[in-house]
Amino acid sequence: MAANDSLALPRPASAGAAPEHGGKAQRHWRPGLHHAAWLLAWPVPLALLLAWYVAARFAWIPPQVLPAPDAVWHTLAELYQSGELQANLAVSALRVAGGFALGLAGGLALGVAMGLSPGFRDYVYPTFKAFSQVPVLGWLPLLMLLVGIDEALKIILIAKASLVPIALNTYKGIQNVPTRYIEVARVLKFTRWQLLSRVVFPAAAAPVWNGIRYGLTHAWLALVVVELLASSEGLGYMIVYGRQLFQLDMVIAAVIVVGAVGFALDKLLALAERAVLRWRKPGL
Amino acid sequence: MADAITTPTTRSASARAVRMPRALRGWVLPVALIVLWWAAVRFGWSTSPLLVPVSKVWATAVQQVRSGALFVALSASLWRDLAGFALGASVGLVFGTALGLSRLFEQLFGPTFHTIKQISLFAWIPLISVWFGLGDTAKVVFLSLAAFFPVVLNTFEGIRGVPADLLEVARVLKYSRWQVLLRVVLPSASPSIFAGIHLALIYAWLATLGAEYMLVSGKGIGNTMTDGRENFWMDLVIFGVIVVGLVGFTLNWIASRIESRLLAWRGRSVAAF
Repeated sequence: MAANDSLALPRPASAGAAPEHGGKAQRHWRPGLHHAAWLLAWPVPLALLLAWYVAARFAWIPPQVLPAPDAVWHTLAELYQSGELQANLAVSALRVAGGFALGLAGGLALGVAMGLSPGFRDYVYPTFKAFSQVPVLGWLPLLMLLVGIDEALKIILIAKASLVPIALNTYKGIQNVPTRYIEVARVLKFTRWQLLSRVVFPAAAAPVWNGIRYGLTHAWLALVVVELLASSEGLGYMIVYGRQLFQLDMVIAAVIVVGAVGFALDKLLALAERAVLRWRKPGL
Repeated sequence: MADAITTPTTRSASARAVRMPRALRGWVLPVALIVLWWAAVRFGWSTSPLLVPVSKVWATAVQQVRSGALFVALSASLWRDLAGFALGASVGLVFGTALGLSRLFEQLFGPTFHTIKQISLFAWIPLISVWFGLGDTAKVVFLSLAAFFPVVLNTFEGIRGVPADLLEVARVLKYSRWQVLLRVVLPSASPSIFAGIHLALIYAWLATLGAEYMLVSGKGIGNTMTDGRENFWMDLVIFGVIVVGLVGFTLNWIASRIESRLLAWRGRSVAAF
């Protein structure tokens, strides 16, 4: 690349638009560039993989500390074939689903109540704020004493992790509905229910959805933590178990699965977002 | 929920209808909870040893402060937190700036970065414990990882979001590349960069606790809570929860103050002419 291109000043695409969209549009127009970008993504991971392989192959690093990539691959395949991987994945997925459903329901209810009723907000919001200041991990020892280390602990922690961002974003989203929308609704003599279903909720949809995305990300993070600390099954447990036996191939395999699931969840939500918020058309 | 919608008019109307002064309303729930707690102990609703009296938590707090145990644990935790944060945030700043400025660099390293980012933060701990042991090195490495990701992402997005017209002005003024970076790109991206640093501070504190739970060695507020849990000292655990919340709150507050101080020029810039 020419020297004067290397400090890539975001080029004056369309001035106001988000830069990423500019980039994407350009790729569509010039298929060659798209190809180049795709090819350029590979040297770094391949080099890392090669370095890892060479280091393991010539035993520069003992396999207890860094197993070879093919060993990790074998372990992954074995875990899959024996069904162990699927079983643990299912346990983890069930926990996230349960905890997230609880957090979603609670967070939406709390957020809507705080957003719609100033009285409720005045009484509850400060306590909610104080409660959310303590991170999930801060509650962990307290909850372990109170409910033990069974399934309830995991569900409660995951629910808490997803509840806070969902409630906060729902509350702010409803509060930030522009007053003029509500004035229009008054002029049109909307009933209270019409006002909620046709004005307030649609106007707050984007921030609420954002909260839900954060909520799911946090739920996944909390699941891994709680499974690492107190569990006898699940993906996090596989990591701990492998670590205890000094089977790093198993640890790395499980870490890869954890990353892949996180990635899949994120992509799934992005897809759902396009479907859910499709009606939002840009301007006139 | 009787008067449903938050418009200024209904809000003030409902405020008038209820007697309780607004400033005091926030205290009702916490006070009620503490009274309930006190009553549960006083009237013996539960015989569980976990139901410790409020006064015992207070006594533990006083004892922890007086004996200096709190100071030792807190300073160890905070030192780690800030060391890891400083390391991760500064590396993240450089890496994020490079990603933002150079398309080639982004095409080379961006996909790898975005893939690695997907791995849940705490899943790194078992690997880090093998590679770096259980001591402070491992904890600082983990904390810097926690701070690294949000700083990179926000720096990158901030730089890519620099409006094209600003860059055109810089071109018209024939700024050198260095001047463009220092006078246009970084100032324009600074709100996003600070947002990333702020986020990193929060993540680093969360990660400090996680590191202290999982890499059990030495002192720290997380270790204090683990001790409390293992010995069924509920008073110590509750005290720990409160301290953790207060520290998180204080870090957050300091970051907001610094942020608004450093970004104050943005509000003034137009008025200054």
